[in-house]
Amino acid sequence: MSNNTFTRVEDSPTGKKLAGPVGWLDDRLGLAAAGKKNLRKVFPEHWSFMLGEVALWSFVVLLLTGVFLTLWFVPSMGLVEYQGSYKPLYGIEMSEAYASTLNISFDIRGGLLIRQIHHWGALLFVAAMMAHMLRVFFTGAYRKPREINWLIGVGLLSLGMVEGFTGYSLPDDLLSGTGLRFVDGMIRSIPLVGSYIEFFVFGGEFPGEAIVPRLYIAHVLLIPAILLGLVGAHMLLLVYHKHTQWPGPGRTNENVVGYPMLPVYMAKAGGFFFIVFGVLALFGAIIQINPVWVYGPYNPSEVTAGSQPDWYMGFSEGLVRLMPPLETTWFGWTFTWSVFLPAVGGLGLVFTSLALWPFIERWITGDEREHHLLERPRNAPVRTALGVAAMTMYGVGWAAGGNDIIALKFGLDIFAITWVLRIGFFVFPVIAFIVTKRICISLQRKDNETLSHGWETGVIDRSPAGGYAERHAPLPVEKAYALTSSREPLPELESERPKKADAKGVRNPKYRKQSLRHRLREFYYSGSVDQPSREEIEHANEHLVGADQHPIELGEDFQGISETGVPRVH
Amino acid sequence: MRKLSTRRRHFLALPALLAMALLLTGAAYAVVAPDSATAESDASVSQIEAGRQLFVVGCASCHGLNAEGVTTAGTDGEPGNYGPSLIGVGAAAVGFQMETGRMPLARSGPQAPRNQQTYTDEEIEQIAAYVASLAPGPARPSEKDVDWQSVDEEGIARGGEFFRTNCTACHNSVGAGGALPSGRYAPSLKDVEPIHLYEAMLTGPQQMPVFSDEVLTPQDKREIIAYVKTVQQQGNDGGIGGGGLGPVVDGMFMWIIGLGILTGFAVWIGMHGTRTTKR
Repeated sequence: MSNNTFTRVEDSPTGKKLAGPVGWLDDRLGLAAAGKKNLRKVFPEHWSFMLGEVALWSFVVLLLTGVFLTLWFVPSMGLVEYQGSYKPLYGIEMSEAYASTLNISFDIRGGLLIRQIHHWGALLFVAAMMAHMLRVFFTGAYRKPREINWLIGVGLLSLGMVEGFTGYSLPDDLLSGTGLRFVDGMIRSIPLVGSYIEFFVFGGEFPGEAIVPRLYIAHVLLIPAILLGLVGAHMLLLVYHKHTQWPGPGRTNENVVGYPMLPVYMAKAGGFFFIVFGVLALFGAIIQINPVWVYGPYNPSEVTAGSQPDWYMGFSEGLVRLMPPLETTWFGWTFTWSVFLPAVGGLGLVFTSLALWPFIERWITGDEREHHLLERPRNAPVRTALGVAAMTMYGVGWAAGGNDIIALKFGLDIFAITWVLRIGFFVFPVIAFIVTKRICISLQRKDNETLSHGWETGVIDRSPAGGYAERHAPLPVEKAYALTSSREPLPELESERPKKADAKGVRNPKYRKQSLRHRLREFYYSGSVDQPSREEIEHANEHLVGADQHPIELGEDFQGISETGVPRVH
Repeated sequence: MRKLSTRRRHFLALPALLAMALLLTGAAYAVVAPDSATAESDASVSQIEAGRQLFVVGCASCHGLNAEGVTTAGTDGEPGNYGPSLIGVGAAAVGFQMETGRMPLARSGPQAPRNQQTYTDEEIEQIAAYVASLAPGPARPSEKDVDWQSVDEEGIARGGEFFRTNCTACHNSVGAGGALPSGRYAPSLKDVEPIHLYEAMLTGPQQMPVFSDEVLTPQDKREIIAYVKTVQQQGNDGGIGGGGLGPVVDGMFMWIIGLGILTGFAVWIGMHGTRTTKR
């Protein structure tokens, strides 16, 4: 068939056969009208927009593999004597939950593979959510009108972590029991009500016999249902708001430039699902994860060295390890601050600050505009620097969670590591903030430099007087447009500091609030370099050509400069 | 019968009876007596002397000329310990420390690391005999004590219970080792000879507590060794293992390799639109 002729779908043999049933469905469901609009929905293209997709597809993989596991897992803490094929545990008394996990691993065809895919999928799910959230944060994609979707995302991340925790606590092996014990301690440390909550959660004293069935219902029904609902809401809002895009020629705050859902993203996203599934299956097939059989059944009097939570709970564990002992007894009650502050307070701090950040930023900047164009991280230096500082703080907690493994593998003193991280918890984020902010501002300067002086060509001229100068080539219009439009002008700063009282001596009742906001706003904008004005760029371009010099001849084959500043061909 | 009764008044009857009685008592004692006593008596005087010679040259600088230890002024009024006294540590301690290369110590540190064996087996035996001759102490375990292959499946499972109760808190569930305070550590149990596992339990080297034969019987010890060896030799079901180090390694794998590969794919997909122009 030549390129110019094509058969319309309704005229093709398949189309003719399908016309009847499809028409029947459309008459009853009215899908054509809805489909026409949404199937042609346009999405912009960039690799970083696919990080959230990784999370979505790993969630699908988790649902699929999870259903398989529920067919054999027995959520019971009733004691049985193990009779399965793993010999070193033969005849040992253990809970049905653990015994059934061993059966899934050793006696059910494909069980271990599915279990490993499920566990790797959980690690990927949370990791991809976090990577996606960092992308959204550093590009300012959470700004108006997307704050609610950001909040849903924060909810998804926190629930995803809880879902992961309930999942790895189910097998009732020595490691998961130790993790449960950690959470038990966390609950108990809550002042006054801790022990009551503990008895409520565990149905009596730890470990009791109720926790595995309860975790099971939370893990397979309650949390996945909420997660599904939130994922649905997240996607609906994404469609409603339309996806954000990077600035570029033809891209504005009012449009979306990209490809339609059908067929392009149907193929790309569909294909990506198989890639994610494939990578997870490969992980599950060749890399061992959570070998519950070597840990043995849970027994509160036993523990194994190197007990660690899965990575996403690592920072919480690490903060507890960093905290120096601190305990007070008031009126006969013991308050264990050394557990409550880092464990409960740490988790609370992370999620509260995540949830509040868009609103704090909006209050500081007073920016009420809608944003559909992404901001390059360098163009919001304080936000970027705060983000990197927060990541550093998280990283310190995370590293502290593995301080024993670091000590063992690198032959270091565990106390030395703990002290470095204790100090680093406060010092490293400050260093990270300063360094990141300086880098951002330097990159802004570099952008200005590129805008006003064009590209360096690497062609050196020798003037008749003997001086040497490098020729610069003007930036292509598209590139210059992308560079300038990515920096929206900042809302005007109030030039004057708020006053305590007006000229007539009447007290300003909002002075404190206004003054705080003013100071924060100054902090937020300080150091940012102004974008060159139109006149400056035009002036620079005139200079570039050189009125009194020979026009620059770069040759026919000059094709611009690569990202690293090397001339492509010439 | 008559022959015996007629000669019972023979003048040699009494000495013969005495000799028989002594032999019997001696034999009975040899059967009943604790191992350490026999080990001590087995070592010939020449062996002990050879061991002493080696000790004076190679060990006395830290442990003292008569293995009484070397103390230093120390801090806070407490005498410091340059090299501990070896009186009463027994041959098992010498065997463990020297055959695993922990002794002689290359340099002082929080803990003696496992190393190459520097003395020959024969020399170690001589030093062990010398140390054992100083005072009663645990003897080296016999072949039978460490014959873990003879342990049946039930014993292996029981050994696992002992191992989880007494050992995993420091040595990890597969014996991968673990960190202890101030730069000390519970070493990995990988590729450790069964006899050294046994001797470590018996003598409690460095940070390790002593698990005497009253606490863990030789049978218990053999079962623990059998469990450790079985778990370490059974291979990794489920693929490449993280060396028994658990979720820290898994998280690292997923962030670096998993998310790395998928980001690579995302970049690849993102680069190819429908009408891509490649240069």
